[in-house]
Amino acid sequence: METKSVIGTQNKKGQVYTDARVMMNEAPRTDAFFTGSEVIKEAVRRASVDVMIAYPITPQSEAAALIGELFAEGYIGDYFRGESEFAVMGQCAGAAFGGARVFTTTAGPGTMRAMENFPMWAGARLPIQVIVTCRGLNSPLSIQPDTLEISYLIQTGMLVWHAETAQDFYDWILKGYMVSEEPDVHLPLALCCDGFFVTHTKDTVMLTPTDMCLPPYDPYRSPVPCMDMECPPVRMMRDPFVMKSNYISYATHASWQQEVWAAVERSRKHTIAWLDGLIETENGDADILLVASGTAVSQGREAIRLLEEDGIRVGLVKIKTIRPWPGEEIREATKNAKHIIVPEFNVTGWLAREIKASIPDTDRLVAAPHVFGGMTMPPEIIVSEIKNALGIRTEVLAGRG
Amino acid sequence: MSKERIKIAPEFFDIMPPEYQDLVTKATYGNEQRGWKDIGTSKELIEEHSLCAGCPESMAFRYILASLPNPEDTVMVGSTGCTSLVFPHVAIHNIHSLFGNQNAVASGLKRALMVRFPGRVKDVVVLAGDGATVDIGLDMTMQAWFRQEKFTTICFDNELYANTGGQESGLMQKGFVAKMAPVGKGFEKVRLPEIAREAGCHYIVNCTVSKPSLIEKVVKNAIYVARELGPTYLQLYTPCILEIGKNSMEGLQEMRDAEKPTERFAYKEYISEPAKQLLAEMAAKDKEKKAAAKQLASQGA
Repeated sequence: METKSVIGTQNKKGQVYTDARVMMNEAPRTDAFFTGSEVIKEAVRRASVDVMIAYPITPQSEAAALIGELFAEGYIGDYFRGESEFAVMGQCAGAAFGGARVFTTTAGPGTMRAMENFPMWAGARLPIQVIVTCRGLNSPLSIQPDTLEISYLIQTGMLVWHAETAQDFYDWILKGYMVSEEPDVHLPLALCCDGFFVTHTKDTVMLTPTDMCLPPYDPYRSPVPCMDMECPPVRMMRDPFVMKSNYISYATHASWQQEVWAAVERSRKHTIAWLDGLIETENGDADILLVASGTAVSQGREAIRLLEEDGIRVGLVKIKTIRPWPGEEIREATKNAKHIIVPEFNVTGWLAREIKASIPDTDRLVAAPHVFGGMTMPPEIIVSEIKNALGIRTEVLAGRG
Repeated sequence: MSKERIKIAPEFFDIMPPEYQDLVTKATYGNEQRGWKDIGTSKELIEEHSLCAGCPESMAFRYILASLPNPEDTVMVGSTGCTSLVFPHVAIHNIHSLFGNQNAVASGLKRALMVRFPGRVKDVVVLAGDGATVDIGLDMTMQAWFRQEKFTTICFDNELYANTGGQESGLMQKGFVAKMAPVGKGFEKVRLPEIAREAGCHYIVNCTVSKPSLIEKVVKNAIYVARELGPTYLQLYTPCILEIGKNSMEGLQEMRDAEKPTERFAYKEYISEPAKQLLAEMAAKDKEKKAAAKQLASQGA
């Protein structure tokens, strides 16, 4: 049988389908000064997306609208505004069931409204990518940054990555499809960032060439059938498992859930290769380690610089993926640490809980500072927590007395 | 289109399950004239079902599947309920994802199929119960119509939540005493066919499934119109004999009673002007074809 590769051929916009490793790792990069939302647009321009479905909610509205411009320019197969996040995620599911590469974005209350869809996506093995620009969930209404929604997403069977910077975002959107579409993974990806801090601030980002794009999604590499009738079934099942109260039915459902989580685990090897590890460490041999994800990492870097001025050496562990969870990596990275500081942008401290479940001697861990409801995290409050842990007296910071 | 895509490699023919062999040799794929009369004469797209004995929904399923004009390129979308017990037996791709989101799923699906297969017809048909269509999913049902999505929505209206045990639904008659309506339903049966018209559906029929020939006609019309123009809607009475206290053999009579001229399932249709034109053109072409065939046959004789 004759096989033909699309690599090297052009799409209708003249972009060349390029081997993703060449495009991401070898192709020349040019710098651009963009907001996070613009970066999302530029990544999607190069992602060979078939269908994008949008819905307005701050702080992702701008990105979702910018992708509409890409559609108008002819870079995307189809694009429309759905009627709610619940509907949008169903529409994304339909498009993915039909064999399309699908992209969408949401935030905060939108993520929660859509929540029923996420375990369905994972169970149906739909490699949809959703950008989650995290914001507050609680009443009274807040549109400000807050990462609480990630703690719900991590129980769904989706891959969940937490970007720190616009550069992470750019690279991970493209690399994310490569991981989630692997036949032994084939799971949706929630690519999270901290709303506003990443979406609405400008940063210098190194972009891959505009005339290169990812190879298209091949739905026939899916571990489950693509619902397009190109390979019609005799019938789907002889004995439907739904709502049956018998052991076979339970065992089938149970083993499929295990398989979904096994697929999350299998994504590890691909993710390590693409993201250069699930965590990243700096000065990992320091007695004091700051362990964080998202923009708490950036604030941590600044705190580390301030502490250096005081002669206190602090190392950093940046967690890139929450699912798969880098438990072993974190255990290894923190094994000699005397103090582990986990700053977070949410009220419950879900990241600290995850870490505590992975390391011995959890009394080393300080689950602080926590800011939420849109508060910023000045590096000084991280410094103060670290000094506190070391027994150094600090001045009471304004507003915290 | 034809059976080309389901053909078995000759080397493997004898080891394939007999039902697959049967599908390939006897199915009505590729025959545009296929219809309810083929039921029982060829491999059907539905075999066993796990519904109650005598359930009118099982008849409706057979008639609809026998009437699809293009099953080899049709994908169906279902929802949670009694229909989701049947769909796994159906020999065309079908999607169940959640309860009530069927028209959202179908919107994404239809668009993906149009992007992936430009110039080819891929029909999408939604088939869900009245709870899914009118109550929990009304928003997505109507929004798909507003957007003029090109697929057919079929509602199996049994006027209650059958699968969960007979609770009140929006399509239930006023005054009916049911679970969750302990003193009788307090408001009128939702007038979805009229809502469908206002929401932009091009072809709408409200009827029972007592007559297979009628179901064949309306299903084909609904699919042809959806393919060319936009959303279409069929509301079919499939009484839940169990929950209204009837016996297995009484479903047909129940439907006949409910379709009397003054009753709520008296045949009602709405066809938009462009749809009327389309159906008239199709009927004319069909007539021409038949006349030509007749002429050819008489010449041959």
